[in-house]
Amino acid sequence: MATVYAFVAHNDGVLDDSAAELAAAAKKFTDAPVTAIVSGSGVDAAAAKAAELFPAVWKMDAAELAYPNAEVVRKALLNNLDAGAVVLMAHNTFGMDLAPGLAVKTGGAFVADVVAIEGADGDTLKVVRQEFGGVVSTHVTVDMSAGAVITIRPGAIAAEEGAAAGGAVEEKAVGDVSAKRKFIEVREPEAGDVDITKAEVLVSVGRGIEDQDNIELAHELAKAIGSQAEVSCSRPIVDAKWMDASRQVGTSGKTVKPKVYLAMGISGSFQHMGGIKGGLIIAVNKNPNAPIFQVANVGIEADILEFIPELTEALGEL
Amino acid sequence: MEILVCVKRVPDTAENEIELNSAGNDIERDDLVYSVNEWDNYAVEEAIQIVDKVGGTVTVVTVGDEDADEVLRREMAMGAQNGILLNDEAFEDSDAMGVATLLKAAVEKGKYDLILTGAQADAGYAAVGGMLAAMMDLPYASLVNMIEVGDGKLTVGREIEGGNQEINEIELPCVLSIQTGINEPRYVGIKGIRQVSGIEIPEYDADALGVDPATVGAAGAKTKRVDYFIPETGEGAEMLTGSTEEIIAKLIDIMKANGGLK
Repeated sequence: MATVYAFVAHNDGVLDDSAAELAAAAKKFTDAPVTAIVSGSGVDAAAAKAAELFPAVWKMDAAELAYPNAEVVRKALLNNLDAGAVVLMAHNTFGMDLAPGLAVKTGGAFVADVVAIEGADGDTLKVVRQEFGGVVSTHVTVDMSAGAVITIRPGAIAAEEGAAAGGAVEEKAVGDVSAKRKFIEVREPEAGDVDITKAEVLVSVGRGIEDQDNIELAHELAKAIGSQAEVSCSRPIVDAKWMDASRQVGTSGKTVKPKVYLAMGISGSFQHMGGIKGGLIIAVNKNPNAPIFQVANVGIEADILEFIPELTEALGEL
Repeated sequence: MEILVCVKRVPDTAENEIELNSAGNDIERDDLVYSVNEWDNYAVEEAIQIVDKVGGTVTVVTVGDEDADEVLRREMAMGAQNGILLNDEAFEDSDAMGVATLLKAAVEKGKYDLILTGAQADAGYAAVGGMLAAMMDLPYASLVNMIEVGDGKLTVGREIEGGNQEINEIELPCVLSIQTGINEPRYVGIKGIRQVSGIEIPEYDADALGVDPATVGAAGAKTKRVDYFIPETGEGAEMLTGSTEEIIAKLIDIMKANGGLK
Protein backbone atom coordinates (compact mmCIF):
# COMPACT_ATOMS: atom_id res chain seq x y z
CA MET A 1 0.00 0.00 0.00
CA ALA A 2 1.20 3.50 -0.80
CA THR A 3 1.77 6.13 1.83
CA VAL A 4 -1.18 6.83 4.12
CA TYR A 5 -1.82 10.46 5.05
CA ALA A 6 -4.19 12.09 7.51
CA PHE A 7 -5.25 15.64 6.72
CA VAL A 8 -5.86 17.06 10.19
CA ALA A 9 -8.14 19.98 11.06
CA HIS A 10 -7.10 22.59 13.59
CA ASN A 11 -8.14 25.97 14.93
CA ASP A 12 -5.67 28.53 16.33
CA GLY A 13 -3.08 25.87 17.11
CA VAL A 14 -5.59 23.53 18.72
CA LEU A 15 -6.08 20.24 16.90
CA ASP A 16 -9.64 19.20 16.19
CA ASP A 17 -10.79 16.06 18.04
CA SER A 18 -11.05 14.40 14.63
CA ALA A 19 -7.21 14.35 14.33
CA ALA A 20 -6.84 11.63 16.97
CA GLU A 21 -9.80 9.79 15.44
CA LEU A 22 -8.01 9.72 12.06
CA ALA A 23 -4.90 8.29 13.75
CA ALA A 24 -7.05 5.53 15.26
CA ALA A 25 -8.85 4.95 11.94
CA ALA A 26 -5.57 4.44 10.07
CA LYS A 27 -4.43 1.82 12.59
CA LYS A 28 -7.48 -0.24 11.75
CA PHE A 29 -6.14 -1.01 8.28
CA THR A 30 -2.40 -0.36 8.20
CA ASP A 31 0.69 -0.95 10.35
CA ALA A 32 2.69 1.47 8.21
CA PRO A 33 3.58 4.89 9.62
CA VAL A 34 0.95 7.52 8.82
CA THR A 35 1.91 11.06 7.87
CA ALA A 36 -0.25 13.87 9.21
CA ILE A 37 -0.71 16.93 7.01
CA VAL A 38 -1.20 20.27 8.76
CA SER A 39 -2.16 23.11 6.45
CA GLY A 40 -2.54 26.80 7.24
CA SER A 41 -0.62 29.97 8.04
CA GLY A 42 1.45 30.00 11.23
CA VAL A 43 0.77 26.39 12.14
CA ASP A 44 3.82 25.49 14.23
CA ALA A 45 1.73 24.80 17.33
CA ALA A 46 -0.76 22.64 15.43
CA ALA A 47 2.06 20.73 13.73
CA ALA A 48 3.73 20.09 17.10
CA LYS A 49 0.45 18.76 18.47
CA ALA A 50 -0.01 16.54 15.41
CA ALA A 51 3.49 15.13 16.04
CA GLU A 52 2.22 13.79 19.37
CA LEU A 53 -0.31 11.67 17.46
CA PHE A 54 1.51 10.76 14.25
CA PRO A 55 5.03 9.44 13.53
CA ALA A 56 5.51 11.99 10.74
CA VAL A 57 4.03 15.42 10.05
CA TRP A 58 4.01 17.52 6.91
CA LYS A 59 3.62 21.22 7.56
CA MET A 60 2.20 23.21 4.65
CA ASP A 61 2.57 26.76 5.96
CA ALA A 62 1.74 29.71 3.68
CA ALA A 63 -0.28 32.92 3.69
CA GLU A 64 -2.49 31.52 0.91
CA LEU A 65 -3.53 28.68 3.24
CA ALA A 66 -4.58 30.98 6.11
CA TYR A 67 -8.21 30.11 5.43
CA PRO A 68 -9.03 26.55 4.31
CA ASN A 69 -10.19 27.17 0.73
CA ALA A 70 -10.67 23.68 -0.72
CA GLU A 71 -9.43 24.62 -4.20
CA VAL A 72 -6.22 26.14 -2.81
CA VAL A 73 -5.59 23.31 -0.36
CA ARG A 74 -6.19 20.70 -3.07
CA LYS A 75 -3.54 22.27 -5.27
CA ALA A 76 -1.07 22.44 -2.39
CA LEU A 77 -1.70 18.76 -1.66
CA LEU A 78 -1.37 17.70 -5.30
CA ASN A 79 1.98 19.52 -5.46
CA ASN A 80 3.22 17.24 -2.68
CA LEU A 81 1.38 13.90 -2.44
CA ASP A 82 2.98 10.67 -3.64
CA ALA A 83 1.30 8.82 -6.48
CA GLY A 84 -1.24 6.34 -5.17
CA ALA A 85 -1.59 8.14 -1.86
CA VAL A 86 -4.31 7.11 0.60
CA VAL A 87 -5.66 10.25 2.30
CA LEU A 88 -7.90 10.29 5.37
CA MET A 89 -9.81 13.35 6.50
CA ALA A 90 -12.84 14.23 8.62
CA HIS A 91 -16.29 14.23 7.01
CA ASN A 92 -16.93 17.83 8.09
CA THR A 93 -17.92 20.81 5.94
CA PHE A 94 -14.33 21.27 4.77
CA GLY A 95 -13.81 17.57 4.07
CA MET A 96 -17.00 17.55 2.00
CA ASP A 97 -15.63 20.50 0.01
CA LEU A 98 -12.15 19.07 -0.57
CA ALA A 99 -12.30 15.29 -0.66
CA PRO A 100 -14.35 14.41 -3.79
CA GLY A 101 -12.29 16.62 -6.11
CA LEU A 102 -9.05 15.43 -4.51
CA ALA A 103 -10.05 11.83 -5.26
CA VAL A 104 -10.63 12.72 -8.93
CA LYS A 105 -7.29 14.50 -9.23
CA THR A 106 -5.27 11.77 -7.52
CA GLY A 107 -7.04 9.08 -9.54
CA GLY A 108 -7.89 7.13 -6.40
CA ALA A 109 -11.11 5.65 -5.08
CA PHE A 110 -13.44 7.67 -2.87
CA VAL A 111 -15.51 6.66 0.11
CA ALA A 112 -17.24 9.20 2.32
CA ASP A 113 -18.69 9.43 5.80
CA VAL A 114 -17.21 6.17 7.03
CA VAL A 115 -18.45 5.14 10.50
CA ALA A 116 -16.27 2.03 11.01
CA ILE A 117 -13.29 0.39 9.37
CA GLU A 118 -13.20 -3.42 9.35
CA GLY A 119 -9.71 -3.67 7.86
CA ALA A 120 -7.86 -4.19 4.60
CA ASP A 121 -7.19 -7.32 2.58
CA GLY A 122 -4.34 -6.35 0.29
CA ASP A 123 -5.51 -3.21 -1.48
CA THR A 124 -9.17 -3.80 -0.67
CA LEU A 125 -10.45 -1.81 2.27
CA LYS A 126 -13.71 -2.80 3.96
CA VAL A 127 -15.66 -0.08 5.72
CA VAL A 128 -19.11 0.52 7.17
CA ARG A 129 -21.30 3.43 6.07
CA GLN A 130 -24.90 4.43 6.56
CA GLU A 131 -27.54 5.29 3.99
CA PHE A 132 -31.03 6.81 4.00
CA GLY A 133 -30.26 9.13 6.89
CA GLY A 134 -28.81 6.39 9.10
CA VAL A 135 -31.73 3.97 8.90
CA VAL A 136 -29.65 1.20 7.33
CA SER A 137 -25.93 0.44 7.29
CA THR A 138 -23.85 -1.04 4.49
CA HIS A 139 -20.50 -2.74 4.15
CA VAL A 140 -18.54 -1.14 1.34
CA THR A 141 -15.35 -2.34 -0.33
CA VAL A 142 -12.87 0.20 -1.63
CA ASP A 143 -10.23 -0.62 -4.25
CA MET A 144 -7.19 1.31 -3.00
CA SER A 145 -4.79 -0.01 -5.67
CA ALA A 146 -4.56 3.46 -7.24
CA GLY A 147 -4.90 5.29 -3.93
CA ALA A 148 -7.99 6.50 -2.10
CA VAL A 149 -9.56 9.44 -0.35
CA ILE A 150 -11.54 8.40 2.72
CA THR A 151 -13.61 10.73 4.89
CA ILE A 152 -14.42 9.63 8.42
CA ARG A 153 -17.52 10.73 10.33
CA PRO A 154 -16.40 12.86 13.30
CA GLY A 155 -17.01 11.03 16.56
CA ALA A 156 -17.64 7.65 14.94
CA ILE A 157 -14.23 6.04 15.51
CA ALA A 158 -12.87 6.30 19.04
CA ALA A 159 -9.50 7.99 19.43
CA GLU A 160 -6.75 6.03 21.17
CA GLU A 161 -5.61 7.39 24.51
CA GLY A 162 -2.06 8.31 25.35
CA ALA A 163 -0.25 7.16 22.22
CA ALA A 164 2.80 9.46 22.10
CA ALA A 165 4.09 9.20 18.56
CA GLY A 166 6.91 11.75 18.77
CA GLY A 167 6.78 12.46 15.06
CA ALA A 168 9.18 14.60 13.07
CA VAL A 169 7.83 17.75 11.42
CA GLU A 170 8.86 18.36 7.83
CA GLU A 171 8.04 21.60 6.02
CA LYS A 172 6.58 21.23 2.54
CA ALA A 173 6.59 23.94 -0.14
CA VAL A 174 3.07 24.83 -1.20
CA GLY A 175 3.82 25.61 -4.87
CA ASP A 176 1.36 27.26 -7.27
CA VAL A 177 -2.06 27.45 -5.65
CA SER A 178 -3.77 30.07 -7.82
CA ALA A 179 -7.53 29.54 -7.67
CA LYS A 180 -10.80 30.59 -9.29
CA ARG A 181 -12.48 30.65 -5.91
CA LYS A 182 -11.62 33.36 -3.42
CA PHE A 183 -12.44 33.33 0.29
CA ILE A 184 -14.00 36.62 1.42
CA GLU A 185 -15.16 36.28 5.02
CA VAL A 186 -16.99 34.22 7.62
CA ARG A 187 -20.35 35.62 8.73
CA GLU A 188 -21.69 34.69 12.13
CA PRO A 189 -25.42 34.17 12.60
CA GLU A 190 -27.56 36.90 14.07
CA ALA A 191 -28.36 36.30 17.72
CA GLY A 192 -31.89 35.00 18.20
CA ASP A 193 -34.39 35.97 20.85
CA VAL A 194 -33.43 32.97 22.98
CA ASP A 195 -30.16 31.25 23.81
CA ILE A 196 -30.93 27.53 23.69
CA THR A 197 -27.38 26.71 24.83
CA LYS A 198 -28.30 27.99 28.31
CA ALA A 199 -31.52 26.00 28.74
CA GLU A 200 -31.52 23.12 31.23
CA VAL A 201 -34.31 21.35 29.35
CA LEU A 202 -34.88 21.44 25.61
CA VAL A 203 -38.13 20.43 23.97
CA SER A 204 -36.73 19.81 20.52
CA VAL A 205 -39.00 19.13 17.56
CA GLY A 206 -38.33 17.60 14.16
CA ARG A 207 -40.24 16.60 11.06
CA GLY A 208 -42.74 14.66 13.19
CA ILE A 209 -44.37 17.95 14.19
CA GLU A 210 -45.78 17.92 10.63
CA ASP A 211 -47.21 21.43 10.54
CA GLN A 212 -46.17 24.93 11.54
CA ASP A 213 -49.28 25.36 13.68
CA ASN A 214 -48.23 22.36 15.79
CA ILE A 215 -45.04 24.17 16.94
CA GLU A 216 -47.28 25.77 19.57
CA LEU A 217 -47.61 22.33 21.21
CA ALA A 218 -43.87 22.36 21.93
CA HIS A 219 -44.05 25.84 23.40
CA GLU A 220 -46.91 24.80 25.66
CA LEU A 221 -44.94 21.78 26.84
CA ALA A 222 -41.86 23.91 27.55
CA LYS A 223 -44.05 26.32 29.52
CA ALA A 224 -45.48 23.44 31.56
CA ILE A 225 -41.96 22.18 32.33
CA GLY A 226 -40.91 25.59 33.63
CA SER A 227 -38.61 28.53 33.05
CA GLN A 228 -35.60 26.20 32.71
CA ALA A 229 -37.04 24.86 29.44
CA GLU A 230 -36.80 26.22 25.90
CA VAL A 231 -37.94 25.01 22.51
CA SER A 232 -35.34 23.95 19.94
CA CYS A 233 -35.53 22.02 16.68
CA SER A 234 -33.78 19.98 14.02
CA ARG A 235 -32.80 21.23 10.61
CA PRO A 236 -35.98 20.58 8.56
CA ILE A 237 -37.92 22.91 10.86
CA VAL A 238 -35.50 25.77 10.12
CA ASP A 239 -35.43 24.92 6.40
CA ALA A 240 -39.22 25.20 6.39
CA LYS A 241 -38.87 28.62 8.12
CA TRP A 242 -41.05 27.44 11.02
CA MET A 243 -38.41 28.47 13.57
CA ASP A 244 -35.35 30.76 13.60
CA ALA A 245 -31.94 29.28 12.88
CA SER A 246 -30.91 30.34 16.40
CA ARG A 247 -33.04 27.46 17.72
CA GLN A 248 -31.45 24.76 15.55
CA VAL A 249 -29.46 22.03 17.30
CA GLY A 250 -26.77 20.26 15.25
CA THR A 251 -23.37 20.56 13.62
CA SER A 252 -24.72 23.30 11.38
CA GLY A 253 -26.55 24.91 14.30
CA LYS A 254 -25.99 25.21 18.03
CA THR A 255 -24.15 22.83 20.31
CA VAL A 256 -26.18 22.23 23.47
CA LYS A 257 -25.66 20.48 26.79
CA PRO A 258 -28.97 20.51 28.65
CA LYS A 259 -29.78 18.26 31.62
CA VAL A 260 -32.66 16.75 29.65
CA TYR A 261 -33.11 16.76 25.88
CA LEU A 262 -36.58 15.80 24.68
CA ALA A 263 -36.23 14.77 21.03
CA MET A 264 -39.77 14.97 19.69
CA GLY A 265 -40.35 13.48 16.25
CA ILE A 266 -36.64 13.76 15.43
CA SER A 267 -35.12 10.94 13.36
CA GLY A 268 -31.65 11.42 14.84
CA SER A 269 -29.31 12.15 11.94
CA PHE A 270 -25.65 12.30 12.95
CA GLN A 271 -25.57 16.00 12.04
CA HIS A 272 -28.29 16.61 14.61
CA MET A 273 -26.82 14.36 17.31
CA GLY A 274 -23.44 16.06 16.76
CA GLY A 275 -24.92 19.15 18.38
CA ILE A 276 -25.85 17.40 21.64
CA LYS A 277 -22.89 17.18 23.98
CA GLY A 278 -24.37 15.77 27.14
CA GLY A 279 -27.45 15.25 29.24
CA LEU A 280 -30.19 12.67 29.16
CA ILE A 281 -31.74 12.17 25.74
CA ILE A 282 -35.42 11.19 25.73
CA ALA A 283 -36.76 10.35 22.27
CA VAL A 284 -40.41 10.19 21.30
CA ASN A 285 -41.03 8.89 17.80
CA LYS A 286 -43.79 6.89 16.14
CA ASN A 287 -41.25 4.98 14.02
CA PRO A 288 -39.72 2.21 16.19
CA ASN A 289 -36.80 1.95 13.72
CA ALA A 290 -35.87 5.64 13.93
CA PRO A 291 -32.07 5.94 14.36
CA ILE A 292 -32.65 8.20 17.38
CA PHE A 293 -33.52 5.11 19.44
CA GLN A 294 -29.95 3.85 18.97
CA VAL A 295 -28.50 6.90 20.68
CA ALA A 296 -31.23 8.05 23.07
CA ASN A 297 -31.18 7.01 26.75
CA VAL A 298 -34.93 6.71 27.01
CA GLY A 299 -37.31 5.92 24.16
CA ILE A 300 -41.06 6.17 23.75
CA GLU A 301 -42.84 4.88 20.68
CA ALA A 302 -45.66 7.37 20.19
CA ASP A 303 -47.04 10.00 17.85
CA ILE A 304 -45.81 13.30 19.27
CA LEU A 305 -48.96 15.08 18.12
CA GLU A 306 -50.89 12.95 20.61
CA PHE A 307 -48.16 12.48 23.21
CA ILE A 308 -47.06 16.10 23.72
CA PRO A 309 -50.53 17.42 24.71
CA GLU A 310 -50.99 14.51 27.16
CA LEU A 311 -47.59 15.14 28.75
CA THR A 312 -48.31 18.87 28.94
CA GLU A 313 -51.61 18.18 30.66
CA ALA A 314 -50.04 15.75 33.13
CA LEU A 315 -47.33 18.28 34.03
CA GLY A 316 -50.01 20.92 34.58
CA GLU A 317 -51.63 18.68 37.17
CA LEU A 318 -48.45 18.23 39.24
CA MET B 1 -27.44 32.22 -17.56
CA GLU B 2 -27.62 28.65 -18.85
CA ILE B 3 -28.00 26.41 -15.82
CA LEU B 4 -27.83 22.63 -15.59
CA VAL B 5 -29.19 20.99 -12.44
CA CYS B 6 -28.30 17.36 -11.70
CA VAL B 7 -31.14 15.54 -9.93
CA LYS B 8 -31.77 12.03 -8.62
CA ARG B 9 -34.83 9.85 -8.02
CA VAL B 10 -34.59 8.42 -4.50
CA PRO B 11 -36.78 6.49 -2.03
CA ASP B 12 -38.69 9.06 0.00
CA THR B 13 -37.65 8.42 3.61
CA ALA B 14 -40.43 10.70 4.88
CA GLU B 15 -43.05 8.54 3.15
CA ASN B 16 -41.53 5.08 3.71
CA GLU B 17 -40.14 3.04 6.51
CA ILE B 18 -36.94 1.77 4.95
CA GLU B 19 -36.59 -1.91 5.84
CA LEU B 20 -34.40 -4.81 4.77
CA ASN B 21 -35.74 -7.41 2.35
CA SER B 22 -36.22 -10.99 3.50
CA ALA B 23 -32.82 -12.04 2.11
CA GLY B 24 -31.21 -9.24 4.10
CA ASN B 25 -29.07 -8.07 1.20
CA ASP B 26 -31.05 -5.07 0.01
CA ILE B 27 -33.76 -2.74 1.21
CA GLU B 28 -37.32 -3.82 0.54
CA ARG B 29 -38.06 -2.02 -2.72
CA ASP B 30 -41.61 -3.22 -3.36
CA ASP B 31 -44.15 -0.46 -2.76
CA LEU B 32 -41.48 2.14 -2.02
CA VAL B 33 -42.56 5.69 -2.68
CA TYR B 34 -39.93 7.52 -4.73
CA SER B 35 -39.44 11.24 -5.07
CA VAL B 36 -36.82 13.73 -6.17
CA ASN B 37 -33.88 13.97 -3.77
CA GLU B 38 -34.75 16.73 -1.30
CA TRP B 39 -31.49 18.69 -1.83
CA ASP B 40 -32.00 18.66 -5.62
CA ASN B 41 -35.38 20.30 -5.25
CA TYR B 42 -33.73 23.28 -3.60
CA ALA B 43 -31.12 23.34 -6.38
CA VAL B 44 -33.80 23.46 -9.09
CA GLU B 45 -35.72 26.18 -7.24
CA GLU B 46 -32.53 28.24 -6.94
CA ALA B 47 -31.79 27.82 -10.65
CA ILE B 48 -35.32 28.96 -11.55
CA GLN B 49 -35.01 32.00 -9.29
CA ILE B 50 -31.66 32.96 -10.86
CA VAL B 51 -33.09 32.66 -14.38
CA ASP B 52 -36.14 34.70 -13.33
CA LYS B 53 -33.73 37.50 -12.32
CA VAL B 54 -31.08 37.43 -15.04
CA GLY B 55 -32.63 35.40 -17.89
CA GLY B 56 -31.53 32.10 -19.38
CA THR B 57 -32.77 28.54 -19.16
CA VAL B 58 -32.78 25.72 -16.65
CA THR B 59 -32.10 22.14 -17.77
CA VAL B 60 -32.45 19.16 -15.43
CA VAL B 61 -30.47 15.96 -15.98
CA THR B 62 -30.55 12.61 -14.24
CA VAL B 63 -28.89 9.22 -14.45
CA GLY B 64 -31.57 6.57 -14.17
CA ASP B 65 -33.98 4.22 -15.92
CA GLU B 66 -37.28 5.18 -17.54
CA ASP B 67 -38.88 5.63 -14.10
CA ALA B 68 -36.55 8.60 -13.56
CA ASP B 69 -38.57 10.42 -16.22
CA GLU B 70 -41.08 11.28 -13.47
CA VAL B 71 -38.58 13.32 -11.43
CA LEU B 72 -37.42 15.18 -14.52
CA ARG B 73 -41.04 16.06 -15.32
CA ARG B 74 -41.69 17.11 -11.74
CA GLU B 75 -38.76 19.54 -11.88
CA MET B 76 -39.90 20.74 -15.32
CA ALA B 77 -43.33 21.40 -13.83
CA MET B 78 -41.54 23.59 -11.26
CA GLY B 79 -40.13 25.66 -14.11
CA ALA B 80 -37.12 23.93 -15.66
CA GLN B 81 -37.40 24.21 -19.45
CA ASN B 82 -35.51 21.07 -20.52
CA GLY B 83 -34.84 17.56 -19.27
CA ILE B 84 -32.17 15.02 -20.17
CA LEU B 85 -32.22 11.33 -19.18
CA LEU B 86 -28.99 9.33 -19.10
CA ASN B 87 -30.19 5.74 -19.36
CA ASP B 88 -28.25 2.59 -20.15
CA GLU B 89 -27.98 -0.77 -18.37
CA ALA B 90 -24.23 -0.15 -18.27
CA PHE B 91 -24.85 2.79 -15.92
CA GLU B 92 -26.42 0.65 -13.18
CA ASP B 93 -24.53 0.49 -9.87
CA SER B 94 -22.27 3.39 -10.78
CA ASP B 95 -20.38 4.79 -7.80
CA ALA B 96 -20.12 8.57 -7.34
CA MET B 97 -17.16 8.68 -9.73
CA GLY B 98 -19.21 6.85 -12.38
CA VAL B 99 -22.16 9.20 -11.99
CA ALA B 100 -19.86 12.23 -12.26
CA THR B 101 -18.27 10.71 -15.41
CA LEU B 102 -21.71 10.41 -17.02
CA LEU B 103 -22.75 13.91 -16.00
CA LYS B 104 -19.50 15.33 -17.41
CA ALA B 105 -20.33 13.78 -20.77
CA ALA B 106 -23.80 15.33 -20.61
CA VAL B 107 -22.42 18.74 -19.64
CA GLU B 108 -20.09 18.66 -22.63
CA LYS B 109 -23.07 18.22 -24.97
CA GLY B 110 -24.34 21.66 -23.96
CA LYS B 111 -22.96 25.03 -22.98
CA TYR B 112 -23.66 25.86 -19.36
CA ASP B 113 -22.54 28.77 -17.20
CA LEU B 114 -23.57 27.17 -13.95
CA ILE B 115 -24.03 23.57 -12.85
CA LEU B 116 -25.89 22.78 -9.65
CA THR B 117 -26.28 19.55 -7.71
CA GLY B 118 -27.91 18.80 -4.38
CA ALA B 119 -25.40 18.76 -1.51
CA GLN B 120 -26.02 15.03 -1.08
CA ALA B 121 -28.52 12.28 -1.86
CA ASP B 122 -29.73 9.00 -0.38
CA ALA B 123 -26.33 7.32 -0.19
CA GLY B 124 -24.83 10.30 1.65
CA TYR B 125 -21.52 10.59 -0.18
CA ALA B 126 -21.95 14.32 -0.95
CA ALA B 127 -19.49 13.71 -3.78
CA VAL B 128 -20.91 14.10 -7.27
CA GLY B 129 -20.70 17.91 -7.53
CA GLY B 130 -17.10 18.07 -6.34
CA MET B 131 -16.09 15.23 -8.61
CA LEU B 132 -17.79 16.72 -11.66
CA ALA B 133 -16.08 20.07 -11.03
CA ALA B 134 -12.65 18.46 -10.69
CA MET B 135 -13.14 16.38 -13.83
CA MET B 136 -14.00 19.54 -15.77
CA ASP B 137 -11.39 21.75 -14.06
CA LEU B 138 -14.14 24.10 -12.93
CA PRO B 139 -14.20 25.88 -9.58
CA TYR B 140 -16.51 24.37 -6.97
CA ALA B 141 -18.18 25.18 -3.69
CA SER B 142 -20.19 22.75 -1.58
CA LEU B 143 -23.07 23.23 0.87
CA VAL B 144 -24.08 26.52 -0.74
CA ASN B 145 -26.88 28.35 1.05
CA MET B 146 -26.71 31.76 -0.69
CA ILE B 147 -26.01 32.84 -4.29
CA GLU B 148 -25.66 36.39 -5.63
CA VAL B 149 -25.04 36.76 -9.35
CA GLY B 150 -22.28 39.19 -10.35
CA ASP B 151 -20.50 39.93 -13.62
CA GLY B 152 -18.73 36.74 -14.69
CA LYS B 153 -18.72 35.52 -11.14
CA LEU B 154 -20.92 34.64 -8.21
CA THR B 155 -20.80 35.49 -4.55
CA VAL B 156 -21.79 32.35 -2.67
CA GLY B 157 -22.35 31.52 0.97
CA ARG B 158 -21.34 28.07 2.23
CA GLU B 159 -22.80 26.54 5.35
CA ILE B 160 -20.03 25.70 7.79
CA GLU B 161 -20.12 24.49 11.38
CA GLY B 162 -21.89 26.32 14.18
CA GLY B 163 -24.40 28.26 12.09
CA ASN B 164 -21.62 30.28 10.43
CA GLN B 165 -21.58 31.12 6.75
CA GLU B 166 -18.41 31.23 4.65
CA ILE B 167 -18.56 33.81 1.83
CA ASN B 168 -16.61 33.13 -1.36
CA GLU B 169 -16.29 34.72 -4.76
CA ILE B 170 -16.28 32.12 -7.50
CA GLU B 171 -15.67 32.51 -11.24
CA LEU B 172 -18.17 31.30 -13.83
CA PRO B 173 -18.56 28.71 -15.15
CA CYS B 174 -18.59 26.75 -11.92
CA VAL B 175 -20.23 23.87 -10.07
CA LEU B 176 -22.08 24.36 -6.78
CA SER B 177 -23.73 21.84 -4.48
CA ILE B 178 -26.84 23.26 -2.85
CA GLN B 179 -27.80 22.90 0.80
CA THR B 180 -31.41 22.71 1.97
CA GLY B 181 -32.95 25.91 3.33
CA ILE B 182 -31.42 28.19 0.65
CA ASN B 183 -34.94 28.97 -0.58
CA GLU B 184 -38.50 27.67 -0.37
CA PRO B 185 -39.11 25.23 -3.24
CA ARG B 186 -42.42 25.98 -4.93
CA TYR B 187 -45.34 23.61 -4.78
CA VAL B 188 -45.94 21.46 -7.82
CA GLY B 189 -49.51 20.37 -8.49
CA ILE B 190 -50.89 17.64 -10.70
CA LYS B 191 -51.92 20.32 -13.20
CA GLY B 192 -48.33 21.49 -13.60
CA ILE B 193 -47.09 17.95 -14.17
CA ARG B 194 -49.84 17.39 -16.74
CA GLN B 195 -48.74 20.51 -18.60
CA VAL B 196 -45.24 19.14 -19.19
CA SER B 197 -46.31 15.55 -19.86
CA GLY B 198 -46.07 15.97 -23.65
CA ILE B 199 -42.59 17.47 -23.73
CA GLU B 200 -40.06 15.14 -25.29
CA ILE B 201 -37.10 14.33 -23.05
CA PRO B 202 -33.94 13.33 -24.92
CA GLU B 203 -32.37 10.11 -23.70
CA TYR B 204 -28.67 9.26 -24.02
CA ASP B 205 -27.03 5.86 -23.69
CA ALA B 206 -23.30 5.12 -23.38
CA ASP B 207 -22.81 5.36 -27.16
CA ALA B 208 -24.62 8.66 -27.47
CA LEU B 209 -22.63 10.09 -24.56
CA GLY B 210 -19.35 8.75 -25.90
CA VAL B 211 -18.64 7.06 -22.57
CA ASP B 212 -16.74 3.76 -22.35
CA PRO B 213 -19.15 1.42 -20.49
CA ALA B 214 -16.18 -0.14 -18.66
CA THR B 215 -15.50 3.17 -16.86
CA VAL B 216 -18.98 3.48 -15.34
CA GLY B 217 -21.59 1.24 -13.72
CA ALA B 218 -20.55 -1.75 -11.63
CA ALA B 219 -17.64 -2.40 -14.04
CA GLY B 220 -15.98 0.93 -13.33
CA ALA B 221 -16.78 1.25 -9.63
CA LYS B 222 -13.84 1.29 -7.23
CA THR B 223 -16.27 1.62 -4.34
CA LYS B 224 -18.84 -1.17 -4.06
CA ARG B 225 -21.69 -1.75 -1.64
CA VAL B 226 -21.56 -5.35 -0.43
CA ASP B 227 -24.79 -5.52 1.56
CA TYR B 228 -27.31 -3.66 3.65
CA PHE B 229 -27.79 -4.42 7.33
CA ILE B 230 -29.48 -2.93 10.36
CA PRO B 231 -26.89 -1.10 12.46
CA GLU B 232 -25.99 -2.53 15.85
CA THR B 233 -27.92 -0.59 18.40
CA GLY B 234 -25.23 -0.45 21.06
CA GLU B 235 -26.97 -0.11 24.39
CA GLY B 236 -29.97 1.47 22.75
CA ALA B 237 -32.69 3.36 24.49
CA GLU B 238 -34.58 2.06 27.50
CA MET B 239 -38.02 1.87 25.88
CA LEU B 240 -40.86 2.93 28.13
CA THR B 241 -43.92 0.73 27.73
CA GLY B 242 -47.41 0.51 29.15
CA SER B 243 -50.45 2.73 28.90
CA THR B 244 -49.90 6.39 28.00
CA GLU B 245 -50.59 7.33 31.64
CA GLU B 246 -48.00 4.84 32.87
CA ILE B 247 -45.43 6.02 30.31
CA ILE B 248 -45.99 9.65 31.26
CA ALA B 249 -45.66 8.85 34.98
CA LYS B 250 -42.35 7.05 34.34
CA LEU B 251 -41.16 9.87 32.12
CA ILE B 252 -41.91 12.51 34.75
CA ASP B 253 -39.96 10.48 37.34
CA ILE B 254 -37.01 10.24 34.94
CA MET B 255 -37.10 13.95 34.21
CA LYS B 256 -37.17 14.75 37.94
CA ALA B 257 -34.30 12.37 38.65
CA ASN B 258 -32.17 14.07 36.00
CA GLY B 259 -32.86 17.64 37.05
CA GLY B 260 -35.30 18.39 34.26
CA LEU B 261 -38.23 19.20 36.52
CA LYS B 262 -38.06 21.41 39.57
